[in-house]
Amino acid sequence: MKLLYFAWMRQRIGTGEETLTKPDGMATVAELIAHLAARGPGYAAAFENPAVIKVAINQDYADFTSPIADGDEIAFFPPVTGG
Amino acid sequence: MISVQAEPFDLSRELALLTDGRTDIGAIVTFTGRVRDLGEAFLKAMTLEHYPGMTERQLEEIENEAQTRWPLQASRIIHRYGRLEPGDDIVLVITCSAHRQAAFEAASFLMDWLKTKAPFWKVEETETGETWVEAKAEDDAAADKWGK
Repeated sequence: MKLLYFAWMRQRIGTGEETLTKPDGMATVAELIAHLAARGPGYAAAFENPAVIKVAINQDYADFTSPIADGDEIAFFPPVTGG
Repeated sequence: MISVQAEPFDLSRELALLTDGRTDIGAIVTFTGRVRDLGEAFLKAMTLEHYPGMTERQLEEIENEAQTRWPLQASRIIHRYGRLEPGDDIVLVITCSAHRQAAFEAASFLMDWLKTKAPFWKVEETETGETWVEAKAEDDAAADKWGK
């Protein structure tokens, strides 16, 4: 999976992009978040309040129950503030 | 047509590209969003980050949605990214229709959806440092009123 992080999530994690081989048994966005949040203090800080985090799979908005696959591009970001 | 770009845009040029030689357009609404002073803290600049690829897809979807909801003869969305200073333009929306109501409503719809769906994030640079702009509940409420 290609993982992307934007805005303050990118800053807290320390990178905007990385790849991750989907661990066996991981099926949803929520499980991916739990996995990432346990990777270290930067990740924990980025995912500390999942209620405010948005997720997109392959550049379309998704939600935490959405299924994930190994070839997916999965992006995490705070609420958008364009316009 | 949509563009996501770092470069400034020229409203009169964009307007001419949409309308020159056409006699069927009776109403044109243009909206320009700009970087402004904050009032309480001196804003030096604002940097817009975006999600290349998804941004373009979202803007195209939003524009298509407006085209299905209102009888638009032409529309244009330009959204800038990168470092912008007070007085700089951020976003341009142009809607053209036979009558004013469709043009006004579609422009308002496009801006409400841009604010809440387009993957851009603003970080403000003031004398005290950098702060990520927080999403506003009133923007969500404005977008919600259009339904889905």
